[in-house]
Amino acid sequence: MSSIISISGVTKTYATGFKALKEINLDIERGEIFALLGPNGAGKTTLISIVCGIVNRSSGSVTVDGHDIGKDYRAARSLIGLVPQELTIDAFETVWATVNYSRGLFGKPANAAFVEKVLKDLSLWEKKDAKAITLSGGMKRRLMIAKALSHEPRVLFLDEPTAGVDVELRQDMWAMVRRLREDGVTIILTTHYIEEAEAMADRVGVINRGEIILVEGKAELMRKLGRKQMTLELRAPLKAIPPGLSRYALELSGDGEQMTYTYDNQSDRPGVASLIRDLEAAGIQFRDLDTKNSSLEEIFVNLLRQEP
Amino acid sequence: MNPRVAMNLRAVWAIYRVEMARAFRTVLQSIISPVISTSLYFVVFGSAIGSRINEIDGISYGAFIVPGLMMLSLLTQSISNASFAIYFPKFVGSIYELLSAPVSYLEIILAYVGGAATKSIMLGLIILATASLFVPLRIEHPFWMIAFLVLTAVTFSLFGFIIGIWAKTFEQLQLVPLLIVTPLTFLGGSFYSIHMLPGIWKTVTLFNPVVYLISGFRWSFYGKADVSVGVSLGMTLVFLAVCIAIVAWIFRTGYRLRN
Repeated sequence: MSSIISISGVTKTYATGFKALKEINLDIERGEIFALLGPNGAGKTTLISIVCGIVNRSSGSVTVDGHDIGKDYRAARSLIGLVPQELTIDAFETVWATVNYSRGLFGKPANAAFVEKVLKDLSLWEKKDAKAITLSGGMKRRLMIAKALSHEPRVLFLDEPTAGVDVELRQDMWAMVRRLREDGVTIILTTHYIEEAEAMADRVGVINRGEIILVEGKAELMRKLGRKQMTLELRAPLKAIPPGLSRYALELSGDGEQMTYTYDNQSDRPGVASLIRDLEAAGIQFRDLDTKNSSLEEIFVNLLRQEP
Repeated sequence: MNPRVAMNLRAVWAIYRVEMARAFRTVLQSIISPVISTSLYFVVFGSAIGSRINEIDGISYGAFIVPGLMMLSLLTQSISNASFAIYFPKFVGSIYELLSAPVSYLEIILAYVGGAATKSIMLGLIILATASLFVPLRIEHPFWMIAFLVLTAVTFSLFGFIIGIWAKTFEQLQLVPLLIVTPLTFLGGSFYSIHMLPGIWKTVTLFNPVVYLISGFRWSFYGKADVSVGVSLGMTLVFLAVCIAIVAWIFRTGYRLRN
């Protein structure tokens, strides 16, 4: 069995009648970094909360490494570390006490050396005797991560880990995520910063209005749905696209000095080479050209736009 | 729940320790304030007013009010300790960790109620020690004294735990202790014997569960009670059973914990 988390037919309807999740089916593979993307209110946090045992599901089943989260909740939950979105810490506890508390709560024997290592990895060691209330926002975020890692989880959930986080911490966090992955920890992160998913994830799932609308390897996703654009800096401005070039989807901008050609990687539209030949034939000269791949962000925006 | 899986005693210990640590961190509030308020009760009721009151059931007034005073603090502190302990993480959101941890409801109850009850039992003993400085005390049935102390602390910590889960605001958290428990305790015979009440009120008082607690507790000190000690014990156990039933229901449905 390669999937470490298996979600099947999970729905969630809140008491208010709000359907937060409609029939979610999703498998997370062992050792991967999975990014769950979606706009605010799409159901990301609800889904995570169900897997972690914080919210009861309305129907469906979830297993974590083969353990049902209902019947075998102890085994399932002890494998999971959760870093929630909100900074919620008992403000009057010291860093050292609260991280050791988390370890105990998950049933692990005290291990000062391990907790020390976690704190050092997160640059929190200097602050170990400080009360949580005295820490800066970034430090509190590190502390939340330390608590989640204190019991050596095999699956780590990071819910919007870098929302409102400075560049340094973000880079530290990414480095940490990569280290954890090397140790075989499966990581699921939710984000609406697409660049995060783009930089980190092996696979991407997109959730919108309580439904998973797509799950793909990041590379395939970029290849399938990604578009390429070639922009030409023209020597002489054009007023209109010459009729001979109408089979290309061309756009003029910058007072006719730039011409942009958009093409998908797999479409049957004619390639760049033929466009350049045709331009030459039409006597259009250019100083420079530039090509770029669309980012995951553009893919994401397009996907959501297609939704009814 | 799978009974074959051993209990997560480390989690119980971790929660219990945090709860106890909080008591020692707020030592002024947890320990010194009850000592001061008990002393004040003795100055006002024991000396100023008590000197004008005859003995009740052959016990000097100052000594008579000691079990009632202990119960008063035991009830209010058990409720406030336990309700705050579970309400606070709900309020700041740190409850996510408890809910996502591999702990059973029984373990959560053991830890929180155990912590709250331990604190209020310690408090009761501190009050007893303080009282012994003011009045001569005797305890005729030490076993039953401890039994009532522990039973009451556990029962009302459970009750407080229920309030803490039910409460959505700090106001609600204060509401039940303030509007129900404090009046019941004052009307429960802390400062008088219910035999001193006029006829109809004596009957009304018998619907007040606190009467049975205080009466039974006072019996363990002086061997004298307003109602028979068996009834006292029975009523306490009934209230404990009711609290256990409510907690079981809360946990079965996830009421206000896992929505």
